[in-house]
Amino acid sequence: MKANTSSRLKKVLSAGHLAVTSECGPPRGSDPEVIVKKANLIKDHVDAVNITDNQTSVTRMCSLAACIRLKIMGLDPVLQMVTRDRNRIALQSDILGAASFDISNVLCLSGDHQSFGDCAQGQNVHDIDSMQLIQMVRHMRDDGKFLGGDDIKRPPQMFVGAAANPFADPFEIRIPRLAKKIKAGAEFIQTQCIYNLDKFEAWMKLARDRGLHEQIYILAGMTPMKSAGMAKYMKNRVPGMDVPDALVKRLSDTPKEKQAEEGIKICIEDIQRLKEVDGISGFHVMAIEWEEMVPEIVEKAGLYPRPEIK
Amino acid sequence: MIVADKKPIEEIIEELGTHEKILILGCNECVTVCEAGGKKEVGILASALRMYFLNQKRDVKIDEETLQRQCDHEYLEEIRDRVDRYDAIVSLACGVGVQFAAEKYFSTPVYPGVNTCFMGATEERGLWTERCQGCGQCILARTGGICPVSRCAKRVLNGPCGGSTDGKCEINKEIICAWQLIIERLKALDRLDDYEALSPLKDWSTDRAGGPRKVVREDVQP
Ligand code: SF4
Repeated sequence: MKANTSSRLKKVLSAGHLAVTSECGPPRGSDPEVIVKKANLIKDHVDAVNITDNQTSVTRMCSLAACIRLKIMGLDPVLQMVTRDRNRIALQSDILGAASFDISNVLCLSGDHQSFGDCAQGQNVHDIDSMQLIQMVRHMRDDGKFLGGDDIKRPPQMFVGAAANPFADPFEIRIPRLAKKIKAGAEFIQTQCIYNLDKFEAWMKLARDRGLHEQIYILAGMTPMKSAGMAKYMKNRVPGMDVPDALVKRLSDTPKEKQAEEGIKICIEDIQRLKEVDGISGFHVMAIEWEEMVPEIVEKAGLYPRPEIK
Repeated sequence: MIVADKKPIEEIIEELGTHEKILILGCNECVTVCEAGGKKEVGILASALRMYFLNQKRDVKIDEETLQRQCDHEYLEEIRDRVDRYDAIVSLACGVGVQFAAEKYFSTPVYPGVNTCFMGATEERGLWTERCQGCGQCILARTGGICPVSRCAKRVLNGPCGGSTDGKCEINKEIICAWQLIIERLKALDRLDDYEALSPLKDWSTDRAGGPRKVVREDVQP
């Protein structure tokens, strides 16, 4: 992890602090105020802000433009990039565009299948996969070269991240897959939303047994439940999600008007428990269309104030 | 084999417009096996069209013929002496046959009678599934004999993606995740360690991306 970067996220992590990241989804329109407003809600409580890339394949303002907004506001954006919509020419080109604004974090993803979104009849690209995108950005940064072999003038200085799903199938490759992402060059991980803490802790133990926690920063993904309905939806409908029955029950047993509050409480309890887990380097708090709750979660979880970084 | 599916008859009728002498041309190879364009389907389509035109009180002549193959000059030549009797051909061969027939009989309109779907296998009667996309650079040796290019919805070479659930693909609970299959097979071959080898960026220039492809074999050329 040697290359120089202006990434605040990287600095917080390498100084040994627990990092806090969050995410903002760009609007379905061109109004820049939407992203500015969302960012203002959370900016003092997080170290970096992910901007999603046409999440769930629904067409939105591009991640890069929204990241530039955040950068201009003085925040540290994490550029999410999916390999669904762009080939290797476009991906390299966008990386350079981001680097020209000194955007210094990138999260490499494959992206949801387009059939989930508003252009189900569109093509998908998948020229390279998320693992290869990690390699590509590292190659551009560390070797200062394009994939085609030519030198890059002023190579991008990106802190390179990837996603991981501790609950993914098939079971046997959960840890090997993490190892593979490290091998590809990922430096930080933001995990899938964690609701099954026992299973997540078991995954962390397996990661520690292989020493992987020392080779990569793992940020635990936390998403507060807004209602019992959301918990049921996440459990039954969202691919790759592990929501225990006990959690659904706890929310269902709570009166409807108090469920949101209970959801926040659970999220805070979960963060507090996971703070103690060896190998966890921070939290990725994704309060989907509920950004205003991030400050409260961060404060009550004991993660506020955020460290001063020069 | 190449797997095709029937085209709705309404679409074929629309294609045929005002033609009055039509040859329905089947193929004895792949489309016969997948029951979309063989002798039997030629007969069925011809009868249905005859009935339709009769109902419309239109005098349209429909003939039937099924060739051994439509992707070879030799067999396609067999109809040369009678092609002039028709003002249109409906080819029930795959897209290759349709085009080869059109190239050969340049002034006769040739319409597709099936939708050509993919290269696949017969899992059971009435069920065909995709196995190959002809990327021109076979990687099956590395992936336990299971092709992520044709069988993974995102053709990820270092899979699975995060959407794989209970062995099924994120796009549909009926579709098996290709990477689930790859991992099971690697396990069965006692090669699960291979999983951690990074699969390099694929050279897609031998794929559709590189433009129309050609195989030239001087050793077998006359
Ligand atoms: S779930 Fe499996 S088959 Fe489906 S896109 Fe992901 S890796 Fe490919």
